[in-house]
Amino acid sequence: MTALTKTLKPLDGYALALGDDALISSHRLSEWLTYAPDLEEEVALANIALDQLGQARHLLGFAGRSSGLSEDELAYQRVDREYRNSLLAELPNGDFAHTILRLFFFSTYQRLLYAGLTASADGELAAFAAKAAVEVGYHHEYAVSWTLRLGDGTEESHDRAAAALAELWPYTAELFAVDEDVAALAAEGLVPDPESLAGPWSEQVGTVLAQATLGTAPSGTWRPSGGRAGLHTEALGYLLAEMQSVHRAHPGATW
Amino acid sequence: MTATKTARELVEGVPDPEMPWVTLGDLGIVREVTTGPGESVRVALTPTYLGCPAIEAMRTDVAEALTAQGYRVEGVELRLDPPWTSAAITERGRQKLAEVGIAPPHLTENADMHVSGTHSSTPLSLGVRCPHCGGIETALLSRFGASPCQELRRCSSCGEPFPAVRS
Repeated sequence: MTALTKTLKPLDGYALALGDDALISSHRLSEWLTYAPDLEEEVALANIALDQLGQARHLLGFAGRSSGLSEDELAYQRVDREYRNSLLAELPNGDFAHTILRLFFFSTYQRLLYAGLTASADGELAAFAAKAAVEVGYHHEYAVSWTLRLGDGTEESHDRAAAALAELWPYTAELFAVDEDVAALAAEGLVPDPESLAGPWSEQVGTVLAQATLGTAPSGTWRPSGGRAGLHTEALGYLLAEMQSVHRAHPGATW
Repeated sequence: MTATKTARELVEGVPDPEMPWVTLGDLGIVREVTTGPGESVRVALTPTYLGCPAIEAMRTDVAEALTAQGYRVEGVELRLDPPWTSAAITERGRQKLAEVGIAPPHLTENADMHVSGTHSSTPLSLGVRCPHCGGIETALLSRFGASPCQELRRCSSCGEPFPAVRS
């Protein structure tokens, strides 16, 4: 089903991008099930994945409604080129430090984003964001506590956290990119201007990195992007192949 | 068939699928119950958490409870606005949760919630009472518990760990 999302209205497309971030992030976190370092982390990562899945369901439901597309059609019948998630969300998990640093970047971003979205002129998105912001606050708290513990922990945990920081940092710029549609939506007061989130994000992230003895953000000009336009890393194809396999093997199945 | 209980009473009497000691009415998640001609009824529930896995079971249970009493269910919808908070749990619900060892949420601002990352990993707060000994000093063990709306704490007086409803 190609071009499933080509005709979406701008606000629906925006909700789809946010929903894809949550869906892909949820799937990556769920890959930790039975692999987490201890039971508490198992439960925590599963709960965070579940919250993200719940957010994805609401956002995909919103995105598809006016076009008659169900959340299942959007989740299970799009190919990678039709997914609009940021590249950060789809990168493979790596080690625990890698997953924690990504969750830290991502939850800091989502907390600011949802806080801004509570002021949306669209009442339904605003109500969604008010609920989601509370949940993401817990994700952020968890990610911050582990970033501090890993960064300011043993030599091994510090080195792993530092390696994760260096690898993931370039991908964070894409979260604040603005395209024509988003700029128009922001001008109408429907969504927060992504660029306005970048300053607070850098400040909050910088404070925690310093406390975690992870130093300042890496320099470098390589800032990959393209996820919002459907240009993904190869990692997304493998993820979707697994996530969509049951639905594609048994179309229309219910139980 | 004539309904003996009002539709609202039936909906509010449905047990929560994950915490069956309390009802949907106790949890404060029944937003609206509207009856129309011919025993038709529409229900609006508000989810405690967006990913709450019990929501589908709740919708089915609500529809079954109404149908069994002769109502014709036209829809059980979800309503997010205004969002649910644990302050919506009734006094009766709080008592019943405490009786089974789940600390009800404290009604004040959550003292454990930090934004800047300056907190210790197991903050101590004085808001959640131990459901076993009534001790007022309890520490957060994990923000994530057996269901999305619960966290895990430990009592500093009797040493028992216990689940608490998140604020």
